[in-house]
Amino acid sequence: MSDAPATVTHPAFAHQFDNLGQQRDVAVFGMWVFLVTEIMFFGGLFAGYTVYRSMYPHAFAIASQYMNVTVGALNTGVLICSSLTMVLAVQAAQLGRNRVVIWFLLATIAFGLVFLGVKAYEYHEKWVEQVVPGFNFHIHLPEARQIELLMVFYFVMTGMHALHMVIGVGLLSYLIWRASKDEFGPDYFNPVDNIGLYWHFVDIVWIFLFPMLYLIGAHLPRMIHE
Amino acid sequence: MSTTTLPPPDLIVRPNYLNVSHGLKSWLLTKDHKRIAILYLLSITFFFFIGGFFAFLIRLELLTPAGDLVSDDNYNRLFSMHGIIMVFLFLIPSVPAVLGNFVLPIMIGARDLAFPRVNLLSWYIYVLAGLFTLFVVFAGGVDTGWTFYVPYSSLYANGWVVATAVGVFIAGFSSILTGLNFIVTVHKMRAPGLTWGRLPLFIWSNYATAIIQVLGTPVLAITLTLLAVERIAHVGIFDPKVGGDPVLFQHMFWFYSHPAVYIMILPGMGVISEIVTCFSRKRIFGYSFVAAASLAIAVFGFLVWGHHMFVTGQSIYAGMVFSLLSFLVAIPSAIKVFNWTATMYRGSISYETPMLYAFGFIGLFTIGGLTGLFLATLGLDVHLHDTYFIIAHFHYIMVGGMLMAYLGGIHFWWPKMTGRMYPEGWARFAALLVFVGFNLTFGPQFILGYLGMPRRYHAYPPEFQVLNVLSTAGASILAVGYLIPMIYLIWSLKYGRIAAPNPWGAVGLEWQTSSPPPTENFETTPIVTEETYHYSNEAKDFV
Amino acid sequence: MTAHEKHAPENPAAARRSYVYVWLALLALTFATTTVGKIDLGPFNVYVALTIAVIKALLVMLFFMHVNHSRGITRVYVVAGFFWLGIMLVMTLTDYLTRRWPSPSSGW
Repeated sequence: MSDAPATVTHPAFAHQFDNLGQQRDVAVFGMWVFLVTEIMFFGGLFAGYTVYRSMYPHAFAIASQYMNVTVGALNTGVLICSSLTMVLAVQAAQLGRNRVVIWFLLATIAFGLVFLGVKAYEYHEKWVEQVVPGFNFHIHLPEARQIELLMVFYFVMTGMHALHMVIGVGLLSYLIWRASKDEFGPDYFNPVDNIGLYWHFVDIVWIFLFPMLYLIGAHLPRMIHE
Repeated sequence: MSTTTLPPPDLIVRPNYLNVSHGLKSWLLTKDHKRIAILYLLSITFFFFIGGFFAFLIRLELLTPAGDLVSDDNYNRLFSMHGIIMVFLFLIPSVPAVLGNFVLPIMIGARDLAFPRVNLLSWYIYVLAGLFTLFVVFAGGVDTGWTFYVPYSSLYANGWVVATAVGVFIAGFSSILTGLNFIVTVHKMRAPGLTWGRLPLFIWSNYATAIIQVLGTPVLAITLTLLAVERIAHVGIFDPKVGGDPVLFQHMFWFYSHPAVYIMILPGMGVISEIVTCFSRKRIFGYSFVAAASLAIAVFGFLVWGHHMFVTGQSIYAGMVFSLLSFLVAIPSAIKVFNWTATMYRGSISYETPMLYAFGFIGLFTIGGLTGLFLATLGLDVHLHDTYFIIAHFHYIMVGGMLMAYLGGIHFWWPKMTGRMYPEGWARFAALLVFVGFNLTFGPQFILGYLGMPRRYHAYPPEFQVLNVLSTAGASILAVGYLIPMIYLIWSLKYGRIAAPNPWGAVGLEWQTSSPPPTENFETTPIVTEETYHYSNEAKDFV
Repeated sequence: MTAHEKHAPENPAAARRSYVYVWLALLALTFATTTVGKIDLGPFNVYVALTIAVIKALLVMLFFMHVNHSRGITRVYVVAGFFWLGIMLVMTLTDYLTRRWPSPSSGW
């Protein structure tokens, strides 16, 4: 049985644990509990969206046609690539290959920045088309108010997602700094593992956002003027 | 049985978590869960008195039928700030962040929580939320009620709605982090031999609470975010003019805020389980039922939120579903009350202050809970909604129940936390004042509500004055009842009798270590071999 | 004291291969949902899109997030998170889907 403060000498070892194995176990579980809170956070938006879409299916389909499906699909692909490089970074960290970790993290950040750049371009397009609720919204269709409702959800949902991406990029940069000091190995790579979980989760949110926002009206004839 | 044998002199000067280091930095940068608990104790007490001050002004206004103390606008701000501060800055953190933080790791034989730095962060986040709220208070407050209903709060209110929403959002994060920490700690850091079936019920309650905090609070966060977006960008998310639905806001708000009331009461129930067993010298009756009831409350509590919306435009069929589920959620609470009572039956009861508060809790929580059934009944709720009956109902549970449990827990664990005993005579007197003052304050409100006095009104028909005067008189007594412990608890820090490691003769790991405990909680990690609540007793469990 | 959570498989090369397969599958499914999204299937568009999204999410969770070799309690919490989201959606919809139903007092 473990006695007084455990005597593991790894620099990252925390005294409340008995060994690094327990520390890792706890870290991963804690991260998942946090991700559960994120499920409910984004879930609130999904719930609001579901209610309004059930009330205004036609208006939502029209609004969705303002999204560029090809651009959205390509951006989805970008995020999927970033998830691949992320999981490879985690594996490299576990194998103690800190140089390789840095390369994969840089690639992940690059993909993330591409995604954000494309998102910024899309937001700009919305401004030009004058479909930004509250600030620059001018549509002359009978269902304009309900179309505006979906646009609000579009901006809030993708905006919240983008905010999480920005935080993610920050976290990845922090990881690069730590990897540059050779901190990760088979005994301890928790931060990479956990931030990886966070990154994949943000990817999953987008996996749902894409069809929910871009594909509602994609199969219907064009109803908007462009 | 209260034995206080003087400990050997060297125990007094042995290093413990209080004297191991000094200075502001050692407190503000601590990772010790016990110090963080004390930090929380100080800050939530501060906000309790601010929230209480607003209550005092409310009761003062309601002494006379005319609205003559404050304007109607200002009265709206008073009850709004009272509710917001009491709910988010006092009740929700109270037991988990103070007593849970202090006692939980020790009770499970751990050296600290799973994530000590996250724990400290949760306190700083709480303080930030408190600062936002203080700013709002001094800047004039909000008048939306703590429920922030749209479209008033988003389109028409001219108070500090967004700032308040931000403050509450931040407070929610503190709550989430505490819950997360507790869940992981209870799963992964129990001492050898401490199986789930041997966990003290205080742990079960805090665990169930943590589940609610983690699953519910994020929804409040996103709801407030949408409210802020609607207000800042002047877009209609819940605005009927654009096809939005104000009731959707209520769905999202109450999805959290109903489980929130279970966040508030469950930890108190856990405290009661510990106190009742100790002061009856008897193991809990029906341990697994009480533990399961905690989980059931946590789960079922998420299925009943529509009972706040029976008369606001929800479909009546949804109302029926929510009404039925609200009846069902009362069952696990009732099981707990029966089991505490059965625990006391044929026990060897003593009447120290914690036990007095426990008695108060059991009686008053039962009344509050039963009146909840009145409100869950669709037809009755049409009559009682938005009246003083509701106010009395939730104050019986929150103040008669939760606050008494909190005070009981503070007294119970005070020797452990500070190494000092409080003065028992004064404490019992204060408990009595609290009980009498409480019932005088809120008992009349049931009648007022039934007679039709609406809530949130600063003026009322003259025929309601007598009951209002009684209520205000009660509130004055109650206020004295709360001030007295403030005084003697502080006094006891310097002049109280030195406490033994186990002044109550209780069982539980926290009583196996010194009072106050050392920073690492134990000299060596304990190994658990017995069931919990293994009090020796003459009367075995009767069925 | 507690057994380790099982790490990523001992064979790194095999693991890398599985990541690449999952990556390809995710890209293919994205292509599929986009293409099918442009075909009018009436009410089924929603179900197809959601199904594909769920499959993609499961692939990410099981393989990239290693849920398939996570401890039981982690999996319980993951399922619970989605289940609670379900509760929120379903119970809220009991209101919206029944608002147009005849009122009981108006006679059946």
